[in-house]
Amino acid sequence: MQLTDDERALLDGRDGKAKQKAMELLVRYAEALGAERFVATTNVAGVPGQGSVFLANYYKESGGGRDAIFSHFDLDSDELVEMPPVVTSSCHLQGGYDPENWQLLGATEQAAQVLKDTEKYAADRGVKILKTCTPYLVGNVPKMGEHCAWMESSAVIYCNSVLGARTNTEGRESTSAAMLTGKIPDFGFHQDHYRRGTHKIEVDVAVDSLMDWGMLGYFVGEVVGERIPVIDGRLGVPDLIRYKHFGAAAASSGGVEMYHIVGVTPEAPNESAAFGGNRPLETFRYGAAERKRVYETLNSNARDADVDYVMLGCPHAALEQIAEACTLLAGRKISPNCRLWIFTSRIVKQQADRAGYTEVIRAAGGHVMTDTCSAIGQALPPGTKVAALDSAKQVHYLPAIMGIQAWFGSTADCIDAALTARWNGRAP
Amino acid sequence: MSAAPIVLHGRRVVGGRTEGEALVTRQTISGWGGVNPMQGVVIETHHELRGVSFKDKVLVFPGAKGSSGWSVAFHLARLAGTAPKALVFNEMTTKIALGAVVMRVPAVTELDRDPLDLIETGDWVIVDGDAGTVEIHKRG
Repeated sequence: MQLTDDERALLDGRDGKAKQKAMELLVRYAEALGAERFVATTNVAGVPGQGSVFLANYYKESGGGRDAIFSHFDLDSDELVEMPPVVTSSCHLQGGYDPENWQLLGATEQAAQVLKDTEKYAADRGVKILKTCTPYLVGNVPKMGEHCAWMESSAVIYCNSVLGARTNTEGRESTSAAMLTGKIPDFGFHQDHYRRGTHKIEVDVAVDSLMDWGMLGYFVGEVVGERIPVIDGRLGVPDLIRYKHFGAAAASSGGVEMYHIVGVTPEAPNESAAFGGNRPLETFRYGAAERKRVYETLNSNARDADVDYVMLGCPHAALEQIAEACTLLAGRKISPNCRLWIFTSRIVKQQADRAGYTEVIRAAGGHVMTDTCSAIGQALPPGTKVAALDSAKQVHYLPAIMGIQAWFGSTADCIDAALTARWNGRAP
Repeated sequence: MSAAPIVLHGRRVVGGRTEGEALVTRQTISGWGGVNPMQGVVIETHHELRGVSFKDKVLVFPGAKGSSGWSVAFHLARLAGTAPKALVFNEMTTKIALGAVVMRVPAVTELDRDPLDLIETGDWVIVDGDAGTVEIHKRG
């Protein structure tokens, strides 16, 4: 591959051992991809140095400390190096446990301490500790065309499709290396031709509610896999929350990293611009029958109508979603047989605290928590058997990860389940 | 005497040479949330390999999907000793490239014939990452 003088100097160790190791990893990665060069990235979102008890124990021989985890895991380096300050705008995505509620989430004191240490380690080196899968809801909004290196499939699809910024689905190791070098392989979504639509989706059933958008996203991911859908038809105008749920679902059932909605998303002023000269490889229709099938798929793992856990906030709840939960609770208390946990970012939680929403949910018997979710944190209320969820992404992952049943429905269906401990959700 | 091996030619993703028993799926594999790295098994609810171990197998599959935690899941599998021995796949993505790199196992792609048509679970497969070749010895 072609390296610039600056990249070669980084690789030769001009700027120290850590950046050299970071560059070595990026070169191995670029060669694996078949990339010919790097692009300069100005916005990196990852989970640098995030610790766990497993990693701390595994790297005991290297001291098991924060540099050991960062060197051996993040940079995949056999040599121990010291992490220098980051050189590009960098943030930490979700992970770990809510620092105020780690006990409720079932974390051990040791695990909470490892996380606290590694969070400080990253913050000291200039990483913004956003602790959310929705950096775009809390101030990290790259501009159109900006080369980014983001992890988190639901954030990647948002970044490419809604903002028109450019990122592949990066991983922990590549983002940590990019934070130290400002380089990422020039591959995939960094290139114009790669961003054009490949498949057409014709929607001929009304798609308006958050649940509708989640189901459409799940359908799209199932039919196009890793390709780029161009969506047109009977769509209401999506708000940020609908984009969030749609993209998260499409990135879970398939590997969708970018989509176009004709006349709506920035690189699709019309259908021909969205396809950019590509002929659609295939056209899929999404009608009432397809919607019914998606609903059934999303509910296929649940049998028992007795619900003992309701989780909202996948991807992390926007303030409006927490407000909606408060409205739906309408001053009632959740059932003693059910738990309600709502996950969000630290920044939105502060707003929810100020607005009084956190207290309303606490008074009803629920909790608003940050940093993680049940799937990421593998954290459920003790004894959970049957969950109710309003996120197609969460229902895709949670039963597989935690071995529980899960129902999928609207936010209102879920709050009703929290109040009654029964699932009364209905197909749309 | 067994039949002559079939040799496929493709591109190096990660170098090195190894051999082992093939585990083949026509479904893409999700890393984080799709496998349990500590046990080395697929856990995705609707996956045809659900409950099947990939430890020490030559994994033959279309490619990666799902979470950006793909590389972390398979990186952890390497640390836990449950990783596949080699990867043979069709669709290049950032997830699989990074995952293959940090798993440090031979990996090849862009083969001249579709490995999913020619390799069956249980076949003995020699993967030469440096040469970009896959040598298939049919079972039985």
